[in-house]
Amino acid sequence: MTPPPPRDSRAVIGPGHTFGSVTDKISSIVLTRKTPLFWAIGFFIGFLLTLLLLFAVGVLFFRGIGVWGVNAPVGWGFAIVNFVWWIGIGHAGTLISAILLLLRQEWRTSINRFAEAMTLFAVAQAGMYPILHLGRPWLAYWLTPYPNTMALWPQFRSPLVWDVFAVSTYATVSLLFWYVGLIPDLATLRDRSKKKIAQITYGMLAMGWRGSAMHWHRYDMAYLLLAGIATPLVVSVHTVVSFDFSIGIIPGWHSTIFPPYFVAGAIYGGFAMVLTIAIPLRAVYKLEDFVTLRHLQNMAKILLATGLIVGYGYMIEIFMAWYSGSPYEKFAIWNRMTGPYWPVFWGLMLCNIVTPQFLWWKAVRSSPLGLWVIAVVVNIGMWLERFVIVVTSLHRDFLPSSWGMYYPTKYDWATYIGTLGFFVALFFLFIRFLPMISIFEMRTLVPEAETVKKAEP
Amino acid sequence: MPRYWRSLEELAGKKEPGESSEEMVAQAGGLDRRELFKFGGVSLALAGLTACTRQPAEKIVPYVRQPEEIVPGKPLYFATAMTLGGYATGLLVESNMGRPTKAEGNPLHPASLGATDVFCQAALYGLYDPDRSKTVTYLEEIRSWPAFLSAMRNAVEKAKEGKGRGLRILTETVGSPTLGAQLAALMTDLPEARWHQWEPANRDNVRAAAAAAFGQPLDMIVDLSKADVILSLDSDFLACGPGHLRSVREFSARRRSRERGQMNRLYAVESTPGVTGASADHRLPMRAADVEAFSRSVASLLGVIPAEGRPTPFARAVAEDLKAHRQRSLVLAGDGQPQAVHALAHAMNAALENAGTTVSFVDAIPARPEPQMESFKGLVADMESEQVDTLVILGGNPVFTAPADVPFARALEKVKLRAHLSLYHDETSALCHWHVPEAHFLESWSDARAFDGTASIVQPLIAPLYGGKTAHEAVTALTSQPERSSHELVRDYWKDKLGPDFEASWRRALHDGVIPGTAYASRPVKAPDLSSITRSAGHPAADSLEIVFRPDPTVHDGRFANNAWLQELPKPITKLTWDNALLLSPATARRLGVASEDVVRLAYRGRSIEAPVWILPGHAENSGTLHFGYGRSRAGRFGTKAGFNAYVLRTSDAPAGGTGLEIAKAGRTYPVVTTQHHQNMEGRALVRAATLDEYEKNPKFAHEMVEEPGPEDSAYPPYPAEEYAWAMTIDLNACTGCNACVVACQAENNIPSVGKNETSRGHAMHWIRVDRYFEGDPANPRAIHQPVPCMHCEDAPCELVCPVGATAHSAEGLNDMVYNRCVGTRYCANNCPYKVRHFNFFHYATQFRAPSMRMLANPDVTVRWRGVMEKCTYCVQRINGAKIQSEKENRRVRDGEIVTACQQACPAEAIVFGDLRDPRSRVSKVKSSPVNYGLLEELGTRPRTTYLAAVRNPNPAVEGAWDVEKRS
Repeated sequence: MTPPPPRDSRAVIGPGHTFGSVTDKISSIVLTRKTPLFWAIGFFIGFLLTLLLLFAVGVLFFRGIGVWGVNAPVGWGFAIVNFVWWIGIGHAGTLISAILLLLRQEWRTSINRFAEAMTLFAVAQAGMYPILHLGRPWLAYWLTPYPNTMALWPQFRSPLVWDVFAVSTYATVSLLFWYVGLIPDLATLRDRSKKKIAQITYGMLAMGWRGSAMHWHRYDMAYLLLAGIATPLVVSVHTVVSFDFSIGIIPGWHSTIFPPYFVAGAIYGGFAMVLTIAIPLRAVYKLEDFVTLRHLQNMAKILLATGLIVGYGYMIEIFMAWYSGSPYEKFAIWNRMTGPYWPVFWGLMLCNIVTPQFLWWKAVRSSPLGLWVIAVVVNIGMWLERFVIVVTSLHRDFLPSSWGMYYPTKYDWATYIGTLGFFVALFFLFIRFLPMISIFEMRTLVPEAETVKKAEP
Repeated sequence: MPRYWRSLEELAGKKEPGESSEEMVAQAGGLDRRELFKFGGVSLALAGLTACTRQPAEKIVPYVRQPEEIVPGKPLYFATAMTLGGYATGLLVESNMGRPTKAEGNPLHPASLGATDVFCQAALYGLYDPDRSKTVTYLEEIRSWPAFLSAMRNAVEKAKEGKGRGLRILTETVGSPTLGAQLAALMTDLPEARWHQWEPANRDNVRAAAAAAFGQPLDMIVDLSKADVILSLDSDFLACGPGHLRSVREFSARRRSRERGQMNRLYAVESTPGVTGASADHRLPMRAADVEAFSRSVASLLGVIPAEGRPTPFARAVAEDLKAHRQRSLVLAGDGQPQAVHALAHAMNAALENAGTTVSFVDAIPARPEPQMESFKGLVADMESEQVDTLVILGGNPVFTAPADVPFARALEKVKLRAHLSLYHDETSALCHWHVPEAHFLESWSDARAFDGTASIVQPLIAPLYGGKTAHEAVTALTSQPERSSHELVRDYWKDKLGPDFEASWRRALHDGVIPGTAYASRPVKAPDLSSITRSAGHPAADSLEIVFRPDPTVHDGRFANNAWLQELPKPITKLTWDNALLLSPATARRLGVASEDVVRLAYRGRSIEAPVWILPGHAENSGTLHFGYGRSRAGRFGTKAGFNAYVLRTSDAPAGGTGLEIAKAGRTYPVVTTQHHQNMEGRALVRAATLDEYEKNPKFAHEMVEEPGPEDSAYPPYPAEEYAWAMTIDLNACTGCNACVVACQAENNIPSVGKNETSRGHAMHWIRVDRYFEGDPANPRAIHQPVPCMHCEDAPCELVCPVGATAHSAEGLNDMVYNRCVGTRYCANNCPYKVRHFNFFHYATQFRAPSMRMLANPDVTVRWRGVMEKCTYCVQRINGAKIQSEKENRRVRDGEIVTACQQACPAEAIVFGDLRDPRSRVSKVKSSPVNYGLLEELGTRPRTTYLAAVRNPNPAVEGAWDVEKRS
């Protein structure tokens, strides 16, 4: 027995792979391998929590928004906290797919597919909240500009209308991007599946892909164009989401730093979620060859970089509150630090500023478990950040007579946990029925591809 | 264990909104599935049959004779009067197509002058309260009115043999001349019968003091318009008592001027912080038991009684100030203070030669003034010794309100026949054989007298909803005369008193709401008998804990316990809703080791109850206040089990409380709901105030407290000039914080009540709220009120952020709310710096679904759906009403033509509304005042509602007394 070749920490694919082995390994998860118990348990939990979501939403629709903890002065609670959190998570996918594609970062190849799926599912969760949180959700379509006999349009000065455009555009482009990227792999699955139903389904989804040179040519162009379209969205979506707050007059919201700080926060949270998902997945499905340490380390570095930007944002926010000379701004920050929600603020500082500092050590960056713990902590931290922004800013604003407290109710929690479950359920469906790693793109990384490349004139 | 509810429907045992089909099935009598199908099948078959026959012609009968004046959509106003404690307040009640919807003050009535208090405003809710008793019952079984009549007549026939021996009538304080005459006549017919009066918030001390001082129980009338210096000895004269609305009007008129010489000065000594103390220039918290010593101290300095002890600097300063304003000063004693303090007040007023200027005396207003405690105790003693065969209780709820040491309920069992006339089937009804539903005053013919004797005819706005009977009709049941309606009885009484042309005078009286020339003539009084100044026995030890009993500011003595508007109304100063609590000062609470919401066991004179503590800055040390009126066991869906029953501790010898209270922690907490959690302004210039000296030095002080943005600071052009520009000012110097505006707004604008639980969750809906801030030493802080309606900002932060344009600016500067466009993002509420927007978190408006409550709603105002934002509209329905009228007459709206509901109710005339475009309008003039400022104007919102900064008139001789003057 020859010892296995030493692992190269810079490798983006394990040694010894060929075109065939890559295809086999990835497509077998969907087509031939036995569905692991892990999947069944995970999906079942996700499914149960999805039912919880349906229940919570049913109660909400039936009885009214009062089942949540929102009140005067805190008109927005968990719904908006979760909306921003999920939207933020949805950022990593497009960033990896589009920006890293344009920057020719080939290490993105093995993680882009499920990062995009994650984006899509996260945006689906996020997209629910703005509708659920309406007092009259059945009228949500009034936020869209549609021709009507009353000649009524949305009020275009409101950032909530911009939100509708930003989020729906983002969801559409993300879906297209993901789907277009899937087409060659769907064709592979169509060709390899043995069952009639699978053949027909994948066949229809593959839209007649035959792999001809013309197809590949068109495909490359379309994918590149979509990447170009998606790139500004990475910046725009969270910028617009941040406008929901910064357009407001409330101390703690009314700030020009919000757009960049939100975008950095979104990427930060998004990468944390990618890591949170990738690390267990590669272990369970033995995909260490495809999602290598190099991937994890690169993502850890991005996490550290964006974490520092976010930390800088916090500091500037505090500085500006002092520098503005506005007693209301000063109080808002002071209230975050020492008011009734102080544990949330300091928890946020601990999670988002202190924790990522461990990533300066290579040993931490190379330890999947350590990385996973940090990623989870950052996810929590990002959620706390949104709580601080939404709730602690609102609960004590200008007139002390109107100050109040916000306490989430069981329906708030059920809705939040329900969307986590729905996300998990969707994700498990995805890894069961679609190739979670791009097969054809992975094939470009194996040594055989190198020779082909060299052979080209 | 108290039961909490989320919505009013849940409490009532109804299902959640939206289950109306289920509700209907439930109402059909608990159908099961089979029966439902049976009914379904039958209805289907019958529905088929109807197709075979001709539909019966439905006749719509037009008015054979169109009633005069009724134009659909145009409300009519009728004058009537509401009586509380025997004293009337004149009202003009709006009637929409026959259903009364809103009460306003009657400008012609001396006790109203156009203003109302919270009770008058909430009277409409009481009228339509679905929990009112609806039928005559005998032993809880439904009977008819004739059955009651015959039962009573039999009893009276029997009593006649003994000239009425054994027949007793118990009423509340009777202010109606007709009823008084009826009862007097009955007593003449049956000389052995007795008529007793009992009301827990009675004026026995006041009356006894007047009787002792002047030889007869005269009523004192004060004229605050002439008073330069006022000393209140634990008297909350701006909040309650006969003629308090007029007092507020007169007091505030002097405060609004902000001119030296015009502004009066008020010294308030009080135990429980009240609106009077909050309006005072100098307030001294003091145990109610120590007020007598303080009064003696001031009296001795005025030379009324021989000097005793060493007066405090505060007492000295007060006495000097009073002396310097002879004939233009006033000393007032609180109803709860003992007779001695009232006697001292009379003596001081006499010594200051105030009689004839600030003080005058008239014959007692009630039909028969008497010491009620004595009368009531006598009745109970007779009942105990089984000398009472028949007891007819006309109104009131004595089983609940009786003092703890007067065993009325037990004695009641010994009465052979007991009948109770009451609006509700309450605690007393439960122990009586007969219960007769009482007609609400808005359903009744009656009459009443104001604090100065001016008589009003009480005329009904609607026929009794549940066939209720008036006390007049109940009394005729006790005579052998034929049954007569209240209408006839009242007319008969006035027949020979209204002059030669009765019909014309009668109609005039009904129209005006007052009968001219009926005010009592002022009685010249001799100097009060100084020997009447008694000294209450034994001065209590300084560290002995005192309990103070007061009628509740919103549910009064318990009679309004089921009135959701009043229950939900944040009480002045404490801002508590739906409950009472033991109010303690911060230092006393610290000493006792208790915190707000801690339940404590109150032990007092051998009795005890449990109640939660509420810490109230400014309360007297070593003193606790527990308002009575709460803790009812049979009040209805809202009043039952709300709060804690203070009557259990209240004894007949000390109905206002006394020392000797012991407090022990019960080891649990009880959630008390307040609408204002934070009492400190945090150094922000929200309520701006200065002393008169500071104001004279710098009249523009209010503008220098923040950096005001100029027009150049806005990126937007100035607001375009349209035909009208509506605006409002609120004078913080005039506002006493009485809350009348809050209830008036609720009544006018169909604002739902949400219940205790929803209030605790920050879901209260009041469109105007009265913020109350404390400032300074928690032991004796300055308290100041600030009513906050919508500011109708010209650059409104709410409008910018609404994604569907549901809130938009009108051409006249109104910040309009388009309910049917609102999708409920609540962004506008978040972005409102004033937090005046209120959201329908649930379908609160379902409370308007009860058949009777449906009649309550103002037809000019939309009832809002679940999930919709709402807020103050400046009463846009009134604005448009006036505009339509003016357009018909081809003219501009006149200044003062539009009166908002809050403005109309305000006894202090603190609110001015009008058109800014007209430079001669009152609001334009008021806005040109140097003290006019916009709340949070530094944000650039350009509010249309602005405030006039408060100017206090402290005595320079006691300057600093706020902080240093402690009880010596």
